[in-house]
Amino acid sequence: MSELLKHPGESGNEDATPEAKAAAHSRRTFLFKLSVLLNAAVGTVLAVPIAGYLLGPTMRRSTSAGAWITIGSVDQFPVGETRLVDFNSPAARLGDGETAKVACWVRRISAQQFQVFAINCAHLGCPVRWFAQSRLLMCPCHGGAYYEDGSRASGPPERGLFEYKYKLVGNSLTIHAGGMPTLATQASCSEKQKPLIQIQTANDSHGTEAS
Amino acid sequence: MADMKKRIIDAGLKGYAWLENRLGLIKPMMDAAAHPTPANNASWLYVFGSAATVLLILQVVTGVLLALVYSPSASEAWGSLNLLNHNIALGWYLRALHGWGSDFMIAIVILHMIQVFLFGAYKFPRELTWIVGVLLLLMTLGMAFTGQVMRFDQDAYWGLGIGASISSRVPFIGAPLVHLVLGGPIIGAATLSRFFTLHVFVIPGLLLASVGVHVFMVLKHGVSDWPMPGRIVTKATYEREYHELTAKTGIPFVPDAAWKDAVFAAAILFAVMACAFYFGPFGPSGQPDPTIIQTAPKPDFAFLWIYAVLAFLPPSIETPVMLVVPVLGIAFLLLLPIFYSEGERHWARRPVAVLMVSVIAVSLGIFTRLGTYTPWSPIMEAWAADATPIRYLHDRTPLERQGAMVLQNKQCRNCHSLAGVGGLRGPALDAIAARMTEDQIIRQVLQGGGNMPAYGNALNPSETKALVAFLETLRGHDLAPATDASRTLANASAMQTPASREMPKSGTP
Repeated sequence: MSELLKHPGESGNEDATPEAKAAAHSRRTFLFKLSVLLNAAVGTVLAVPIAGYLLGPTMRRSTSAGAWITIGSVDQFPVGETRLVDFNSPAARLGDGETAKVACWVRRISAQQFQVFAINCAHLGCPVRWFAQSRLLMCPCHGGAYYEDGSRASGPPERGLFEYKYKLVGNSLTIHAGGMPTLATQASCSEKQKPLIQIQTANDSHGTEAS
Repeated sequence: MADMKKRIIDAGLKGYAWLENRLGLIKPMMDAAAHPTPANNASWLYVFGSAATVLLILQVVTGVLLALVYSPSASEAWGSLNLLNHNIALGWYLRALHGWGSDFMIAIVILHMIQVFLFGAYKFPRELTWIVGVLLLLMTLGMAFTGQVMRFDQDAYWGLGIGASISSRVPFIGAPLVHLVLGGPIIGAATLSRFFTLHVFVIPGLLLASVGVHVFMVLKHGVSDWPMPGRIVTKATYEREYHELTAKTGIPFVPDAAWKDAVFAAAILFAVMACAFYFGPFGPSGQPDPTIIQTAPKPDFAFLWIYAVLAFLPPSIETPVMLVVPVLGIAFLLLLPIFYSEGERHWARRPVAVLMVSVIAVSLGIFTRLGTYTPWSPIMEAWAADATPIRYLHDRTPLERQGAMVLQNKQCRNCHSLAGVGGLRGPALDAIAARMTEDQIIRQVLQGGGNMPAYGNALNPSETKALVAFLETLRGHDLAPATDASRTLANASAMQTPASREMPKSGTP
């Protein structure tokens, strides 16, 4: 420290009495502490909106992003078959490019009854593939398998496939699509959130919203 | 002429004096470089840390150069990587250097850690050096994972999906966490941007600062001396002993010890260049279009073991294991030097340490090996692409051949192999009739169980009949067919002549 120059005003301090030194010291110390407080206050005011910006994606409004979109005419889906359908995510934003596209499996049970499955495996989100001959959906990542009604058949998934809510508007099939489906974020942004993690029971109801 | 030379040297010295007078850093740095270090650690086993630093510099330089062309946008990233690979002169080589540099860096950092652990170099007074080192390992892995996302291809896309799915399993905050990771409700532009920010600004900044702290502490405490069995570390005596050893046997780190570091670093750099030149860059694989589902996503080499572990965890304990074990593992590494800061350093006196390293290394090796060929995954094309072995069709009845057709057509081969070809998810079927009776086969096929789906709804009675007839012919190299002992007993107790009902129906009628 001795190499550093002293402030001109401070040079007299060495001759002063300890009391005087203490007095001078304490006023500056006080001002310094005050300035630290001031910066803490300014820092907080600065930090709150920054934290808000960072946590923006977690806020309610963006998580419930979802909309009813039409994925095709009912005639595209023969009864008893399961078909792959692509659509553009209603949650897509500028610059998403190809990642804005979403695929889903549409199973037509009867004239009015459908099931629309998310492509994402309920285990870790990999894309499942439909095998019409064995009536199974299989996942390439860790070997999860599902029956044609989306219920778990075997492998690591702890529940069946995620399902989109659907309704028939005129002659077209409409689904409620939103975010990427995971155990915590269901495919169809349903009004009543299902529990975070559930092991599916044998006769869980499917596709209830037929109109 | 001699006068000229003298004047140039004088000018150089004057310039150096001017610079050092203003800067004041050159002499302290030269002194630090030439600090004395115990002669016994000038070893080929003490070169990993410096090599990791050299690789970090390589990664920074190649990363900056790639950023000249790379476009961190979800709609353009994949295209810009193909541009680098095919249209920019030597772009492929820079990508290869960066990719191989990353793999080498992970390997060297782990070797460095194993060496420090086995040599007990994390003990007093170098506990904090170890703790910062653990953080450096985590940041290196973080760079590897975010770097894999930069290669915005199918593997990156579905890898992000796996990351989001793991985040979604965190209790209570699962949904907000998924959206925080993805930057929104779907994998897209916001996701790539935030991983780009992590990969290029946040983690490298922390990484470089932490390397600075790590190296500063190495200089402050000195490079650890070579451990000797019976030479115990105690807080009271270690520093005095170390300074005595340095005073007695000390050699200047530069150049007497550092030449080995330099040679090893050069060898590693050469190895990176050779791999980059011969094997080329990693990917990108297919474009990140989630509607292309004909894909089998796989993480990069360093994370294959995690991918494998996730295939083997039973559903009931998967979430707890996924969320708790990493926390415990990292906490163990961080707290290790706090709880074991004194005592023996030599590996010969620390059998538990040696055992731990061996078990972890073998486990990671096995899981990584499994991750390379994913035996748990159905082979999606096997049913249509793999032929039924001809010898399994010879001398078979029409019904049995029909069964062979059913076996192919119902995708059984996706999970079951015949003659070594097909999926490995379920058992090979070559000798199935020697292990299971006809009744057992029918039950297993129709009802499933033991990780096999039930095919009751996918097979009609005639298909089942044909399939089972074919399976009954698969007895390996003419092994005896499986028998049901209880049937024999039941028949015997029904007072029938045992001889006539000794064997259940044979598979080949």
